[in-house]
Amino acid sequence: MDWAYFLQQLINGLTLGAIYGLIAIGYTMVYGIIGMINFAHGEIYMLGAFHSLITFLICQAAGISGILPLTLLLMLVVSMVMTSVYGWGVERIAYRPLRGSFRLAALISAIGMSIFLQNFVQIAQGARVKAMQPFIKGGITLMESPNFNVQLSYMQIIIIVLTFVLMVVFSTLIAKTSLGRAQRACEQDRTMAGLLGINVDRTISTTFVMGAALASVAGMMVTLYYGVIDFYIGFLAGVKAFTAAVLGGIGSLPGAMLGGLLIGLIESFWSGYLTIEYKDVATFGILVLVLIFRPWGLLGKPEVEKV
Amino acid sequence: MSSLLTSARVTPAEIAKELAFFAVIAFMMSIMILGVETVDRPTGLELALRWDLVILAIASTLVGRLGLIVRREHMSRLLQAVLIVVSAVMVFEMFVRFRDMDDRWAAPVTFDMAFQSVTSVIVFVAMIAVVFAIAYFSASTKRVVTEEEKAQSISSRLQVAYRTNTKKIGFVGILFFFIFPLLFGENRSAIDLATLVMIYIMLGWGLNIVVGLAGLLDLGYVAFYAVGAYSYALLSQHFGLSFWLCLPMAGIFSASFGIILGFPVLRLRGDYLAIVTLGFGEIIRVVLINWYNLTGGPDGIASIERPSFFGLAEFSRRVPEGVTSFSDLFGIDYSSMHRLIFLYYLILILALVTNFVTMRLRKLPIGRAWEALREDEIACRSLGINPTNTKLSAFAIGAMFGGFAGAFFATRQGFISPESFTFLESAVILAIVVMGGMGSQIGVVLAAIVMIGFPEMFRELAEYRMLIFGAGMVAIMLWRPRGLLSFRDPTILLNMSKKEKVAGENS
Amino acid sequence: MTDNKLLEVEHLTMRFGGLVAIDNLSFTANKREITAIIGPNGAGKTTVFNCLTGFYVPTEGRLTLHAKDGPRLLERAEGFRISRNNGVARTFQNIRLFTGMTVLENLIVAQHNRLMDASLFSLAGLFNLKRYASAEKEALERAKFWLNKTGLYEFADWNAGNLPYGNQRRLEIARAMCVEPSLLCLDEPAAGLNPRESAELNLLLQSIRDEQGIGLLLIEHDMSVVMQISDHVIVLDYGKKIADGNPDAVKNDPAVIRAYLGEEEDDELPPEVASDLHLDPKAQ
Ligand SMILES: Nc1ncnc2c1ncn2[C@@H]1O[C@H](COP(=O)(O)OP(=O)(O)O)[C@@H](O)[C@H]1O
Ligand SMILES: [Mg+2]
Repeated sequence: MDWAYFLQQLINGLTLGAIYGLIAIGYTMVYGIIGMINFAHGEIYMLGAFHSLITFLICQAAGISGILPLTLLLMLVVSMVMTSVYGWGVERIAYRPLRGSFRLAALISAIGMSIFLQNFVQIAQGARVKAMQPFIKGGITLMESPNFNVQLSYMQIIIIVLTFVLMVVFSTLIAKTSLGRAQRACEQDRTMAGLLGINVDRTISTTFVMGAALASVAGMMVTLYYGVIDFYIGFLAGVKAFTAAVLGGIGSLPGAMLGGLLIGLIESFWSGYLTIEYKDVATFGILVLVLIFRPWGLLGKPEVEKV
Repeated sequence: MSSLLTSARVTPAEIAKELAFFAVIAFMMSIMILGVETVDRPTGLELALRWDLVILAIASTLVGRLGLIVRREHMSRLLQAVLIVVSAVMVFEMFVRFRDMDDRWAAPVTFDMAFQSVTSVIVFVAMIAVVFAIAYFSASTKRVVTEEEKAQSISSRLQVAYRTNTKKIGFVGILFFFIFPLLFGENRSAIDLATLVMIYIMLGWGLNIVVGLAGLLDLGYVAFYAVGAYSYALLSQHFGLSFWLCLPMAGIFSASFGIILGFPVLRLRGDYLAIVTLGFGEIIRVVLINWYNLTGGPDGIASIERPSFFGLAEFSRRVPEGVTSFSDLFGIDYSSMHRLIFLYYLILILALVTNFVTMRLRKLPIGRAWEALREDEIACRSLGINPTNTKLSAFAIGAMFGGFAGAFFATRQGFISPESFTFLESAVILAIVVMGGMGSQIGVVLAAIVMIGFPEMFRELAEYRMLIFGAGMVAIMLWRPRGLLSFRDPTILLNMSKKEKVAGENS
Repeated sequence: MTDNKLLEVEHLTMRFGGLVAIDNLSFTANKREITAIIGPNGAGKTTVFNCLTGFYVPTEGRLTLHAKDGPRLLERAEGFRISRNNGVARTFQNIRLFTGMTVLENLIVAQHNRLMDASLFSLAGLFNLKRYASAEKEALERAKFWLNKTGLYEFADWNAGNLPYGNQRRLEIARAMCVEPSLLCLDEPAAGLNPRESAELNLLLQSIRDEQGIGLLLIEHDMSVVMQISDHVIVLDYGKKIADGNPDAVKNDPAVIRAYLGEEEDDELPPEVASDLHLDPKAQ
């Protein structure tokens, strides 16, 4: 066995997994609070990618792209803020008016929203793949072996560290603040929470916004890491991130991150050792298996059927 | 504006605040995606600024929002309608400008140019009139609506009329579809469009069994469509089997597929089932793309055999020795339309079979069990109904009709590739079912016409088609969450006539 | 006497994680009798029903139903089979009707298995063969019988969800009876009924017992119902059986009084409340 190759796949898998995990958190939070899949979440991630790309290009045009930390910070902040507005809008238009109505209605309106956003970006920004020059180059060579050097690029370090920091910040936010308490209360019983003076509408909006903010960071990472994006990247990433959320146990934040990492690793190892073509089949296969044998996921709680 | 400011319960300051808020939102949403375009240049990506679009986006949001405020405060209908029309025109202008700017378009059409042709003006005016009419007549000026008023309202009377006459409406509809080729027999695109709509009607009816009756959310229905299409294509290519033999086989393959897939996953509830079926749909597509030896991969399968006239005659102009041609069989002149019209009738019959079988099954124990399962699975179990088998039967029967439709699709196109079986396709079929009104057969027809027919008619809008499609999906769901025709007809009545039942529910 | 046994519950235990919802419960229920199970909220009554009707698999214990063709072990059967093969039907504490379907349809769905067999998995039905037509007619007759019996005939074409509450309760009983069970389990059928409806319910349950000759298991809080119509009362508290016997014996059982009034907690109550509580049973 070639350990160098294995290590490289592990690093790549973790990087990819961190990105999936960030998207998955949005699914898990929204599902937790309104009990529905946010079908437009993949599109939010795609919008995040576009916003960060455009911010980068603006920085470049303004001649400040040489100042690396400033550019990164701008990309992060701008794409988080702008994309959050889209997250807010999705909830406001596709979900809120249908809350408490027929379940499938919200699902269809969310799918409609997703189709709309996809085509909106396609029209506004063109259907072609957007390729960007590598921005953060270089890395550390971890291990040298005769035919293969294990690389940990700076970009990978940034992704993993940033994901970790965001996880800590958001977990604290949800565990310690009154916002987090309001979210948990709404998860348990929305009507009761409302009666007790919690602004349910605002809490749900905030949940969408938080999910969107994290997804936009994932979008930014993908833009920087792969350097190519198009209007269609949201669908597959969305489905995979949802798989990650289910794998980890829907409703559980650490679960979403764990699920994301696992999906990333599986994908990376599957492509590395088996066939790259069927890597998506592997992901979906896992989703199906998890749902059949452990529908509550790795870290979730089994739901009891009340009779 | 004076009426807005004087009769409102809200103060101008409040309105200003609300508008300012939405202006900020519109600004943030549009500033980068609309305001800055990334342009490919040989040197890399560059930016082009489009401030006018941002301004239009903000302006249309503001005007539209103002319209909604007027509506919310139940003020002047006219004002509502005007505001909404103005907002719509701004959105329209926005898209026209897109076209104008984009160098991908060979012949850019600008707003001004559009006015140069008379028909465009007419179309444009007609569109404005329609928007105006919808906005005006759906506007509400009264605050309270009593139950009585509701019962007497136009929509309610329409409902009663519709529900008591479903049979007649259905009959007229079927008649219309039967004589359609007589009316448009020489118009190739009309027949093509009607055939396409009919495919979706059939798919909608098939999925309606699964989603509408059994309440199982299936986001991967296209998988069965694909299995049907590929079964026919492969059977006919490798074994030279005829379409008429393959049609039932395609149905059986799809149904078996439904059973194999359904068995492990049908225990899952609602959304999980949706996502697993979505996953299955994608797996099938990925396999179709990658199993190159069998399926031809992304290239698909070409020159699939066209159907014969029930094995009696062929539709081609020149037929091989010993084979009758359709025109000879009936002693008429050859026309390329014959095959198209035949295909149209074929899908019409297939769709009608789907419909009649569904209607009949609904009144049988199996159909009642489907509906009962949709209403309450736990109660079903307590009555000794096997939930898994019942769901499985719905899944398999729905899949079977999907398979038939798939085989038809393959023989009509003569070419299939994984491109035709994407998630979007599943979403469209599901949207047809849900928008039609779950379980409503006529609703599916309406929704299919709205969703497939209209966009196809506006082919020139090409790029915007899917955009409008998505927005339309959202709008229809917001307007009628339960679908266009969401009434359930009882499968059996004891004391009442249907009329009495309907009237009773509407009062 | 042994012939008359319908249901034997032996050493039934049900645990949910650390919680013991039913603790080593044994009792028997007879044919042509109404056996009431009473006890404070959370005592585990509904859980007993869930074990009997296949919604939960008991942690331990044996549940034997003495059906016409010999004994059957209920804990072995998979959920829906209990109703299908063994004839145990039930109602639910929170009514579970098919609310979007009509009253009549509710009753016909309950006869699903018989009709399904007659329709040869829908084939005979699809072509409307005589075999199916006659089965459907029979089902309709049975449904009409129970509609009359529960006074719902005139509501037959209403959507079940539009019925007044009391009628919904009765419809649920009618629906369970259309299964033609040998054991009918009723979970708080009188909850939410007014006194007149409650009295009508008593008559209905008695007539089911006397005319259909089946056994009834009844969970009920309304003591007037329990005392009037049950032949046999079992009292549960914290999952344990604390009394078992005829209504009068149970009524005066000190353990039962204690369970219902919670003597242990008296110390914490203000003196005037505690004394009120003690006066109450004597007043009854
Ligand atoms: N599925 C379950 N999971 C966990 N605990 C349960 C479950 N079902 C019932 N319980 C618990 O078992 C106990 C008995 O409940 P139940 O049988 O409903 O009482 P009751 O006598 O009021 O009908 C309660 O403490 C309840 O919380
Ligand atoms: Mg109970």
